[in-house]
Amino acid sequence: MTDAMPVGDRKPLAPPVDETGALGWVRKNLFSSWGNGITTVVLIAAVLWVASWFLEWALFTANFTAATGAECRGGGACWALIREKFRYIFFGSFPYEQHWRPLFAVITMLAMLVLSADRRMWNWRLLVIWGVGSFITFLLMFGQIHIPLSLILFVALVCGGIGLTLRSALAAPSERMAYYALVGIGAVGLVLRMVGALPAWSIAIAPLSYVETSLWGGLPVTLILATYGLAFAFPYGILLALGRRSNLPLIKGLCVGFIELIRGVPLISLLIMASVMLPLFLPSGTTIDKFLRAQVAVILFAGAYIAEVIRGGLQSLPKGQFEAADAMGLNYPQKTLLIILPQALRVVIPPLINTFIGFFKDTSLVLIIGIFDFLNTANQALVDPNWAGFPGEVYLFAAFVYFIFCFSMSRYSKYLEFELNKGTRR
Amino acid sequence: MAVETLGSAPRVKVAPWNDPVIRGWVFQIVVVGLVGFLAWYLVSNTIDNLQRQKIASGFHYLEREAGFEIGDTMIEYSPASTYARAIWVGILNTLRVAVLGILLSTLLGTLVGVGRLSPNWLLSRICAWYVEAFRNVPLLLWLFLFYKLISEAFPGPRQAISLFWNSVFLSNRGVYFPVPMADPIHKWMGVAFLVGIAGAWFVNRWGKKRQEATGQPFPAISAGLGIIIGLPALVWLAGGAPHHMSWPELKGFNFAGGTVIQPEFTALLVGLVLYTSAFVAEIVRSGILALHKGQSEAAAALGLSRGQSMRLVLLPQALRVIVPPMTSQYLNITKNSSLAIAIGYPDLVASVNVTINQTGQAIENILIIMAAYLSVSLSISAFMNWYNKRIALRER
Repeated sequence: MTDAMPVGDRKPLAPPVDETGALGWVRKNLFSSWGNGITTVVLIAAVLWVASWFLEWALFTANFTAATGAECRGGGACWALIREKFRYIFFGSFPYEQHWRPLFAVITMLAMLVLSADRRMWNWRLLVIWGVGSFITFLLMFGQIHIPLSLILFVALVCGGIGLTLRSALAAPSERMAYYALVGIGAVGLVLRMVGALPAWSIAIAPLSYVETSLWGGLPVTLILATYGLAFAFPYGILLALGRRSNLPLIKGLCVGFIELIRGVPLISLLIMASVMLPLFLPSGTTIDKFLRAQVAVILFAGAYIAEVIRGGLQSLPKGQFEAADAMGLNYPQKTLLIILPQALRVVIPPLINTFIGFFKDTSLVLIIGIFDFLNTANQALVDPNWAGFPGEVYLFAAFVYFIFCFSMSRYSKYLEFELNKGTRR
Repeated sequence: MAVETLGSAPRVKVAPWNDPVIRGWVFQIVVVGLVGFLAWYLVSNTIDNLQRQKIASGFHYLEREAGFEIGDTMIEYSPASTYARAIWVGILNTLRVAVLGILLSTLLGTLVGVGRLSPNWLLSRICAWYVEAFRNVPLLLWLFLFYKLISEAFPGPRQAISLFWNSVFLSNRGVYFPVPMADPIHKWMGVAFLVGIAGAWFVNRWGKKRQEATGQPFPAISAGLGIIIGLPALVWLAGGAPHHMSWPELKGFNFAGGTVIQPEFTALLVGLVLYTSAFVAEIVRSGILALHKGQSEAAAALGLSRGQSMRLVLLPQALRVIVPPMTSQYLNITKNSSLAIAIGYPDLVASVNVTINQTGQAIENILIIMAAYLSVSLSISAFMNWYNKRIALRER
């Protein structure tokens, strides 16, 4: 009886050595079959060969300190070129001693983007962040900002209008009075301004020297084009998407026509159009800033694509949500802004970020119409005859910067997808 | 009773300003009026500006002599040709890049996408890094990089790298390689090639029918390839096997003879294909992952090899998920080929841009660009929608 040990008391055998630990992992993932083993060996050889060649070029024989391009020749990578030119690549022709301004503008925009990435900020705080952030950015870039009276009146009118539409039933009488006051001041002021009864006052904030947009360049330009392109294209895209889903045939036709037209042609043709046709469209004598023209083209382009993404979100909502909102007696703006959009937008945030990554990359196309974005300044750094002949270094550096931006955004989108799906995942 | 009263309930009378139908029409009329006013304002300004700047309008300029050189043409073209011809050359060049780009990036993207799912950890990591590296950097940057590498890192024609016993030359002027001398038999070989494709299609259909009837598989791929390659080869032999070649030779500062793939074209195609296949790979991967795991397990249980289960079981089903997003990638390739202008490949936008600068007629030219891209885009979507319907799940 002593040798008949109960099964449960036996010590379990350890698994074979080649099934666990590092060895097991290697066996399972690299050498699971003959074919797999051969693939692994060939790939390791190829990776080693490429890596050794690249390290040799980029690190061991590279020149980090040369004073001119001639000293660099013959060896490996010429990173001294980047050292020499990085301020131009990042900030373009912005006055050299003022480079701290675009630097802080970039930091402000990055802070703005990072703060808006935090879900706790997705409420009225977002407006504050973007308002303050944009003000600082443009104050730094331009140096001087003039806020005309009519703009202030217009903002008052819009704020009052939004408040009245959304909170008409909920607001206390005093709050409603405030909205009426805003609308009244805005409307009356604008009319008075238009007939000339009010003078063209403007608030001037001018702590720094003025730098015009033709001198802007590098990373701030890319960031401004992408960020504000999206910021304006977003509400525009929402309107287009709502229009496309509308029951009103004329509105629907206009929106479908616009979206399909823009999506059918390349961005370059829109940019060329903005640069050669926009001046023809306006009364003679008016000129629009070239930078603004490119920004308008990017906004129109982005709007059409964002509209399609948002349409996907609108379509994913069950019909009951629309019907329930109707049954509650909400009017169209209330239904849309309080019931439909909060749910629809939540669904489309990850694809929207992917669209944004696309636009971030697409802003590089503005170099075709002669705007000095980040890629264009990198390109211009190659033109210097003293440093000619090192395209690989400059483009790899630029690619690295773009990669950091796009890669972190795509990680954020993945994380967000995970977070937002928590409720529906089991 | 209750139902009847509900159905025939008299319409509640509402004030006209609260009637949703009337409100809808008023709103539409206001919006269309505003858009119309904007359009009228822009058009009247434009007419005014055109008259003041004395710019002609209409498409008559298309008949005039273009007067500019185009480096890479598929049809006969000289500076004495008309603007219409120049734009047509551009359209053909765009189509050439787009078609080759679509084919190659589908191929490469599928390989990379399947590679990311490989059980081999190293292979799947390499494919993942390929995807991340290419899709997180602007296409334009890749185009510049490849173009500058070809034109600056490659030696000049005199020091050209020669491959395959001095028959292919790589230099910063492009890739030179020999071609057969023009011969009347080539036309008939082309006909034989088309006949071969049709024949392969019939053989494939017959093979499928036989397999359904008898269960015997038929090697449709090798048989089809045999017909497609064999028929032209037979025609060539029947025509007396003309084998005179035009060899590239260094004459003065450049090569003469043979044929050349221009560096601009190479850089554009390589850049487009590498960039787009990163996106295609993600689409293919998510299409395969969308399949239920039971599909690959069932295929394995039937004794199919990994390749067979991929080809016969997984990919055909994954296609249903893959085709719609793939369509938009194909459209993207076509539209992205317009970046050619940045590296000097004479595509449609480049030709039209020169035309705008020479004639000043921006509006007509931009209409031509839009019309051309819209028709190409619409044809691609029409074709892909037809294909999508064909492979869609047939439900009762």
